[in-house]
Amino acid sequence: MERAVIEVRNLVKRFSGKTVLRGLNFDVQPGEFVALLGPNGAGKTTFLRILASLSQPTLGHVRVAGYSLPRESAAVRMRLGVLSHMPLLYGDLTAQENLLFFGRMYGVKELARRIDEVLVMTGLSARRDDLVRTFSRGMQQRLAIGRAVLHDPEVMLFDEPYTGLDQDASLMLDKLLQTVAAQGRTIVMTSHDLARAEDLATRFDILSRGTIAASTSRKQLGRSNLLAFYKKTLAA
Amino acid sequence: MDEILSKESSEHPALRQGEAGTGRSTSLAAPRFLRAVGAIAWKDLSAEFRSRELFSAMMVFSLLVILIFNFALELDISTRRTVTSGILWVTFAFAGTLGLNRSLSMEKDQGCLDGLLLAPVDRAAIYFGKAASNLVFMLIVEAIVLPVYSFLYGINLFHPGLVVVILLGSIGYTAVGTLLATMSVQTRTRDVLLPILLFPVVLPVLIAAVKASSAILAGDDPTSIMPWVNLMLVYDVIFIAAAFMGFDFIVQE
Amino acid sequence: MQAKPTALKALDIASIVLLAIAGYLALIYAPEELVMGQVQRVFYFHVATAWTGLLGFVAAGVAGVVYLVTADEKWDTVEVAAVEISLVFFFVTIVLGSIWARPIWNTWWTWDPRLTTAAVTELIYIAYFMLRAGIEDPTKRARFGAVYAIIGAISAPITFLAIRFFRTIHPVVIGSGDPSAQGTFAMSPHMLVAFFFALFTFTVIFIDLFWNRIRLGSLAGKVEELKLSILQ
Repeated sequence: MERAVIEVRNLVKRFSGKTVLRGLNFDVQPGEFVALLGPNGAGKTTFLRILASLSQPTLGHVRVAGYSLPRESAAVRMRLGVLSHMPLLYGDLTAQENLLFFGRMYGVKELARRIDEVLVMTGLSARRDDLVRTFSRGMQQRLAIGRAVLHDPEVMLFDEPYTGLDQDASLMLDKLLQTVAAQGRTIVMTSHDLARAEDLATRFDILSRGTIAASTSRKQLGRSNLLAFYKKTLAA
Repeated sequence: MDEILSKESSEHPALRQGEAGTGRSTSLAAPRFLRAVGAIAWKDLSAEFRSRELFSAMMVFSLLVILIFNFALELDISTRRTVTSGILWVTFAFAGTLGLNRSLSMEKDQGCLDGLLLAPVDRAAIYFGKAASNLVFMLIVEAIVLPVYSFLYGINLFHPGLVVVILLGSIGYTAVGTLLATMSVQTRTRDVLLPILLFPVVLPVLIAAVKASSAILAGDDPTSIMPWVNLMLVYDVIFIAAAFMGFDFIVQE
Repeated sequence: MQAKPTALKALDIASIVLLAIAGYLALIYAPEELVMGQVQRVFYFHVATAWTGLLGFVAAGVAGVVYLVTADEKWDTVEVAAVEISLVFFFVTIVLGSIWARPIWNTWWTWDPRLTTAAVTELIYIAYFMLRAGIEDPTKRARFGAVYAIIGAISAPITFLAIRFFRTIHPVVIGSGDPSAQGTFAMSPHMLVAFFFALFTFTVIFIDLFWNRIRLGSLAGKVEELKLSILQ
């Protein structure tokens, strides 16, 4: 039996008296692409930050890629690629230098070759020696994906990746995310954009008031609308 | 297929189709730590040597401060000798806060601190990397201010002993400063808070640095200089330890 | 809300009574000192408040360490209480010191080790509160506070040692002194009584204020929690 890549049991997160996540349970199998949806303040970003080892659970068990958090967070981070709405890039360095830096931080082997691959994948080879602060938001986000896959992570977390992107940039991001997904990585993405989520993801979980209120897969949805499902869940 | 559950994990088995085996590190913890420290320091220095924003700000600021002291104190030649080390260290202390603030706000603003925290390295590596680059910036500024001061005031500042004192003092200053700057950059008051937090706490090393510098410039014999150097050494060791241990607590959530 | 524990109420009363007695001892019972005159009486309370400030200082450092280790918010409350009390008492010490210094050395302030270190410690405390004021999240505030309290606690003694290499004119009443220190005096039995009673009194006052302040802090914390749960 294949072990779940992400296992979450009874996750509780409290911030100074306020309980944001109440006994969350969540499993993701290898290769799944889960879209985590929900209204603002539902706890999506909080949850993702816990999975990313940036935040610590108050109670409960979390395992990612076979390692438990927060105890074995370094091992988890090695297998994790994160894309946020902030680019997490250094504006005063070139694209190449940014990738060089993160490659070193992750101990990526054959780094030069890997950087070339990533630049080709993200279509930024021509701009490799340009400073990141001259990049448009869309290009920065593409480079950010490059950074996120540089160390060949098993699991990827995307936190509202389409924030601030125009149509063209969003379309490019779509393609990139599809490429990344096709590489067999396990992905959890939070998004406000239901239409996009519907196109990319294989599974849709709705986070409401601190727990997973409902979960459905593309197969289960069939012809019906994700939006309708979403509204119905939240109305309940 | 089974996962290798050891902490010092070796090659992760390729679960997925497609990608050829690429960047999986097999290195042990210690070299990885050092590599991370080096990478962070290299990143800061590269970025700075390109834009030179931080550096020119610290530089110009230092020269202005020295200039202001000149007019504010209106010293004759003999008095100047006695206050030289004081003026120098006040200048370094204030220019240092500029550097520290800028170095840490750069991480905070772009959300880059998260990027660093996501890397599979010890938090202490982030501390040492930042502290190292902060130290280098400070030393470079000091290396330029000294000759300029010498030139402007006709006082010879080229003593090997002085270099040692400046090094020890700067190490102590940046060791605590990096920790406190990481804190202050996460508060509402940000830049303003750093000098308020830093100066009371860095006082011992400043006192020792000024006294030792004066003694060296006056040509005093080593017995009066050594206690101050010892104090700086003690301070540096204690605070480097305290700072990197405390660093963990101020970056976690 | 819980009522004030009886023990604490008793301590409140005891503190006031002891303070009154200590005042009597210092101002009337103890004889006038030969060289310095009446102003020397300040000394009894001056040392006692310095002692109290020091208690608070140590308590703050310890509380900081314990908080970081246990992550129990209670210790953060203890730490804040300790810093507040120490802040006030060191301030009183400095003021009393100035009152003493003026007639004796003809100056309001001297840059000697003890006084300067007290002043630097005050600045550390003020910085501590400014740091806390700039942070919204209580857990972060507690953590940052603890780290800074520990850094301050390590730094202040080193500051003291550093300044001590300078010459001091502070009276060395207890312990071996620099022979050039002026203003030293030997204490007669009556003076000793006043002195030690003042130390005792202020220790009691410290415990009383400390307990009250911690209680106040916990109650304030509970109020915050109740507020949040109503808002949800």
